[in-house]
Amino acid sequence: MEKEKRNLTGLWFMLPAIILVIVFFFIPVIMTIGISLTDMSSVTGFSAWKWVGFKNYIKIAQHPDSITNFIATLKYVSITLIFFNVGLGLLIAIATNHLKNSIGGFFRAAWLLPRITPPVVYVLMWSMLAADAPYGVINQLFRIPFGLSTTNWVPEYAFLFIVLVNGYIGASFGMIIFSSAIESIPKDIMISSLVDGASYSQRIRHIIIPQLRWPLLFVVTYQTLSLLTSFEYIMILTDGNFSTEVWSLWSYHKALNNYWGNFQYGFGAALAAVLVVVGTLLGIIYMKYFRFDALVQEPKIDEL
Amino acid sequence: MKLKRDNFTLLSVLTLIIFTAPIILGYLWLFISTFSERTYGLKPVDVDGNLGGFTLKNWAFLAEPDIWLITLNTFLLATFLTMGVLLISSLAGYALSRVNFRGRKTFLSMTLILHAFPSVTLLIAIYFVLRFISDIPLLGALFGYNTIGGVVLISIALQLPLGIWLMKGFFDGVSWDLERAALIDGCSRWRCWWQIMVPQIKPGLAALSIFSFMTGWSSFLIPYTFLTKGNKAVLSTYLNAMMSSDTVSIQYGILAAIGLFQLIPILLFYSFTQKYLMKIFSGGSHGGV
Repeated sequence: MEKEKRNLTGLWFMLPAIILVIVFFFIPVIMTIGISLTDMSSVTGFSAWKWVGFKNYIKIAQHPDSITNFIATLKYVSITLIFFNVGLGLLIAIATNHLKNSIGGFFRAAWLLPRITPPVVYVLMWSMLAADAPYGVINQLFRIPFGLSTTNWVPEYAFLFIVLVNGYIGASFGMIIFSSAIESIPKDIMISSLVDGASYSQRIRHIIIPQLRWPLLFVVTYQTLSLLTSFEYIMILTDGNFSTEVWSLWSYHKALNNYWGNFQYGFGAALAAVLVVVGTLLGIIYMKYFRFDALVQEPKIDEL
Repeated sequence: MKLKRDNFTLLSVLTLIIFTAPIILGYLWLFISTFSERTYGLKPVDVDGNLGGFTLKNWAFLAEPDIWLITLNTFLLATFLTMGVLLISSLAGYALSRVNFRGRKTFLSMTLILHAFPSVTLLIAIYFVLRFISDIPLLGALFGYNTIGGVVLISIALQLPLGIWLMKGFFDGVSWDLERAALIDGCSRWRCWWQIMVPQIKPGLAALSIFSFMTGWSSFLIPYTFLTKGNKAVLSTYLNAMMSSDTVSIQYGILAAIGLFQLIPILLFYSFTQKYLMKIFSGGSHGGV
């Protein structure tokens, strides 16, 4: 009886969250798979469509853009992840940690700016850094004074810029995680290593990096997933032009947003479904390996 | 504060300056060109290309009634998102932290999976869900396709995994004795939640509300996708439409001014609440990268 009541109370507290999760997560996951098995498009409308089985998936396999976009995605995810989300994040964490707090703190605060700046404003800044001469900042500061040729950077080096734009946001995530991991290394170990005659670089290699194994794994798993599916900044910067059409953006373009107004819901959903499956698998792995131990603690309050 | 003078310190400072340069330069450009006729790099110039050209005319957009309507929309979106996320996540977070109900563990692991789950991949299906809601009388007018309500609802849902997780963490930190005493005295779970527990986690609520407000105020993709009068819906979409318009020759000063207009509240919040936000971001910010 008591237990029954408790179950009910819990569910009442959860109810609004449960409804929203069902409507905006569960149903959409099932629908994505469902729509991907139909030929629904703006031609068929929402009523004249029919089931087509795995035709959309076969179409993906045969589509001339599949390989190109797949490789673009792979390149984009791996390069951004390695050099920025992990590499640069680690570099900044170590450097700011080495400096005294106020200066290190200033740089850490500056590195959060890209993340909190509204996406459109942030991309506006980058496109002005990269703009054609005489307006662009890169051209004015680093090319013209040295007599180097100027260029319109975004079309010319589009891939580099989508990596930069996303990488500068991603680096701060790694920075925060790594910083707090480095700070949690006992001070005695850090100091005694130097007393024993280790150089700063030896300390990084033998004391700091080994402590970061777990946070590194966490950042890699977590950020792979977000990089794989985030296309907002790419859409604002290049809209997929100049061979920067990553998989998630491709799916979005096909189903919801393109110049011709021919929305291929079925095909787009099939493209998205690939990511949904990858996302779910990685999400489960993520849950299994990180933090799950922290959840298992039982509420004590109910045994009064 | 004095720095140690050794090569490694020098190297650290140098590395940081080089890598932080794009962020600083980007911000500098935004501030400078807001008040300039035009800019060559960071140098403000007048129409003939000579140094100078200080002007306030980039801010003329503030005189148009449209911009205030757009700002109001953005503000409403951010405010309702914040209220929704706070209410729903503090309810769910409390139950997950303190009530031993059946299915609790399932919900907990589900929250974690959803937290990592890339929700943007669901936009296509969510479009269909919204279309469906539109056909329901009354509800459709409030939360259907092409309504601010619909955009708010989606944004709340996508923010929930993070919100619930954070709230649960804060509730976990409240002493058991306090609640137990209240319950023994005959307080109901609901009153206990509202009168005893919620006041205990005010810092958590503050952090989550600031984070949610900033997310709503900045949000681009969801309003852009689900509001058909896209370009005039919220500040982000308005600025984006101006940036990508092919017809009018783009005036960067005006773009910068609108950008700064959108950025000011964010920077104000950020300067006061940096510490809190660092905590939330390490809890894993969702979306973006």
